[in-house]
Amino acid sequence: MATATLHAHDVHEHEHEHHELGFVRKYIFSEDHKTIAKQYLITGIIWAFFGGALSIIFRLQLGFPDLNLDWLKPVLGQWIVEGKLEKEFYLALVTMHGTIMVFFVLTAGLSGTFSNFLIPLQIGARDMASGFLNMLSYWFFFLSSVIMFCSLFLETGPASGGWVIYPPLSALPQAMPGSGLGMTMWLTSMTFFIVSSLMGGINYISTVINLRTRGMSFTKMPLTIWAFFLTAVLGLLSFPVLLSAALLLIFDRSFGTSFYLSEIYIGGEALPNVGGSAILYQHLFWFLGHPEVYIVLLPALGITSEVIATNARKPIFGYRAMIGSMMGITVLAFIVWAHHMFVTGMNPFLGSVFMLLTLIIAVPSAVKSFNYITTLWKGNIIFTPAMLFSIGLVSLFISGGVTGIILGNSALDINLHDTYFVVAHFHLVMGAASFFGLMAGVYHWFPKMFGKMMNPTLGYIHFWATFVGVYCVFFPMHYIGIAGFPRRYYSFTALANNAAESFVDMNMFISIAAILTFSSQIVFVINFFGSMFKGKTAPQNPWNSTTLEWTTPVVPGHGNWEGEIPAVYRWPYDYSKPGSAVDFIPQNVPFSATPESNLPEENEEIANEKEIESLLDSQNAVYNI
Amino acid sequence: MSSIHAAPAVPEKMTWAGGSKPLNASYGKLMMWFFLLSDTFSFSALLITYGTIRYSQKAWEGAHEAFFFSTGHWPIPEEVFAAMPFYHGHAPLVFVGIMTFILIFSSVTMVLAVEAGHRNDRAAVEKWMLWTIVGGFTFLGSQAWEWSHFIAGPHDLALAAKDALGNPIEGANLTRNPYGPPAFADLFFFITGFHGTHVFSGVILNILIFFNTATGLYQRRGHYEMVEKVGLYWHFVDLVWVFVFTFFYLV
Repeated sequence: MATATLHAHDVHEHEHEHHELGFVRKYIFSEDHKTIAKQYLITGIIWAFFGGALSIIFRLQLGFPDLNLDWLKPVLGQWIVEGKLEKEFYLALVTMHGTIMVFFVLTAGLSGTFSNFLIPLQIGARDMASGFLNMLSYWFFFLSSVIMFCSLFLETGPASGGWVIYPPLSALPQAMPGSGLGMTMWLTSMTFFIVSSLMGGINYISTVINLRTRGMSFTKMPLTIWAFFLTAVLGLLSFPVLLSAALLLIFDRSFGTSFYLSEIYIGGEALPNVGGSAILYQHLFWFLGHPEVYIVLLPALGITSEVIATNARKPIFGYRAMIGSMMGITVLAFIVWAHHMFVTGMNPFLGSVFMLLTLIIAVPSAVKSFNYITTLWKGNIIFTPAMLFSIGLVSLFISGGVTGIILGNSALDINLHDTYFVVAHFHLVMGAASFFGLMAGVYHWFPKMFGKMMNPTLGYIHFWATFVGVYCVFFPMHYIGIAGFPRRYYSFTALANNAAESFVDMNMFISIAAILTFSSQIVFVINFFGSMFKGKTAPQNPWNSTTLEWTTPVVPGHGNWEGEIPAVYRWPYDYSKPGSAVDFIPQNVPFSATPESNLPEENEEIANEKEIESLLDSQNAVYNI
Repeated sequence: MSSIHAAPAVPEKMTWAGGSKPLNASYGKLMMWFFLLSDTFSFSALLITYGTIRYSQKAWEGAHEAFFFSTGHWPIPEEVFAAMPFYHGHAPLVFVGIMTFILIFSSVTMVLAVEAGHRNDRAAVEKWMLWTIVGGFTFLGSQAWEWSHFIAGPHDLALAAKDALGNPIEGANLTRNPYGPPAFADLFFFITGFHGTHVFSGVILNILIFFNTATGLYQRRGHYEMVEKVGLYWHFVDLVWVFVFTFFYLV
């Protein structure tokens, strides 16, 4: 409501009273969606660095098992024993790499950044529905980050049971060092994370429903907004189940209940717990865990739609099919979770049901892939770094998606389950693809965020190094998986047929590629922070894009638009329209102004323009509560 | 109608065309609805947990009259919850029935508070909020009594129930209880506790609303929408209790 009072009817009058906020309210406890978005982005980038660094450490172990790691002692201390990585710490590394990347980088850093930044700007709103809740959402995320970060420095190490924290390993503090305080802190941190994501989610959904500018119907919304909207719905309905699962786990760990525990011997001694079910936890976890994959991926797909249409100078192919397929993915996301559990002794008939549902996801995914490709087809493509990352996303999405069809088959999955084949699959389709979406978004909207242009040459170097690097890391992993290498193993000393020796070179190659790919991210960091201060000043609409955010001032102030918010008359993809002298027509240009390029049905829309404009009073009333 | 609803009329075909509130609800109310939707899923997860664990355990298959408490089979709930304060007989589900009635009745007083808010009748909002708060506290108090009774356990029961080593089980806690398998008490404490926490935060919110009404904040603001939003939460907590009641006491 604070924003509401700030932007009453006549904005000009208020500008005189508008006093500058202090440093703390402007940059730290800010309620402005643009500042909060930048906070999410920068926190996400920092987390990505840590998450990546952890993976490099365990890649050293996997690629060079005989390497002397004493030089890491200043950083890792007691985790290096006689030049070798401590075995338990290896498990902590993979656990924290997964947790950080999935939740802190690709959920908060991607969806948190771009939902916050783009929803108000692209739908034509002054800010999020509740700026206060939005601020709270970031600071809960921050608190959760701090707890997770602190757990890295515990003497017993951070959580080590895998990012899925299956009981009984996670439920019994005596099971391994990482199941002690580290796991407690993991659960505490995730609880705050869920609270943060809930507050973000209800804000995004309410904003999209209530604060669209006049004329911005759901069928005129950019696909980015559709993606963020559906992502928020996914998070809203799946995270609470993780919350329940985590609370039950906390009780099992600390208060002696047996929800997940039954008939366990530890160190030769029987535990008193009976009656629980460890599989129950897996059901609850994957009810979040699977939608989480799409929480991570959908925003990236939305960003890609926008960037590809803009830089191919063509309308997106199949706008409604894109919406439909995203809705399909959203619904299917909730009913496929058990394909992560084919080897838990599940009834084969139930397995075949989940297999069928899983394979159906290929349909909307393929619709999206084909639509991206057909949008590019015969386009007047401009290869900006954002465009390259978007095309890279499409490539990764297809390469990783195809192996998804293999893994979705329960009969094949029994063979491939928990091997590096799975690791390769999800790193391509969800990890790298979402990361590419994040990068596309940063390169594309950096001018709007900071009013500066990023250096394109550094962008190209970053893209090619990352793109080639990602394929070099993850493509060979498929072979390693087929050869039977299980994931989360510290070393491979007992594989049949001497597989460990035969694949030494390939593991080494993957590790070198990973180190190079990780190092090349420095180019991005230099470009990002360098351009923030020294970049060229951005023009108002650097990519000649049609959406509303480019109608705001170069650096939008609090409230985004000076004067009235523009009305919207057309869909967001009027690129290269036949008859038009310019190759893009922004959403706020009425059809009555473009008779030369209107289609017959669009000429009929002219009659509605007065009605759209007449919604101004009602629109302003929303801000006048 | 209070001033919050006084936005200019929007033609029906423009409902979803932007520039208005398509569901005719403020963002705050929408947020409450979506929060409740989310919370539905956390409760559903717990009730599914209840169902899964309960049906993996042995049920009592004999005649109702022959039922006895044992850690070997799931107890018949009305045999467990058959006590009442100030009454020493066998009163299956009577006390929990009264609790349920109190909670549902507090929902009725909440509706009356919301209705009074629509009329901008400050005194009536105060009155009905107060009754709702009283109802909430009574429910929490009853739950506390029921918990303490459940934890202490009836005297003769302690002698009847034996653990694996043949020792009598005195009193219920999170690891064992004299009524049935440990999971019975685990789930009882966890789920009614989770619900009770919700009721407790609801009462806190109600007190906050009562305070704001009494100090005239909503009157100055010109509308009592906050009462409505908290009312939604209160009704939700009620509705959830109906499910918890069904699962724990009736099935």
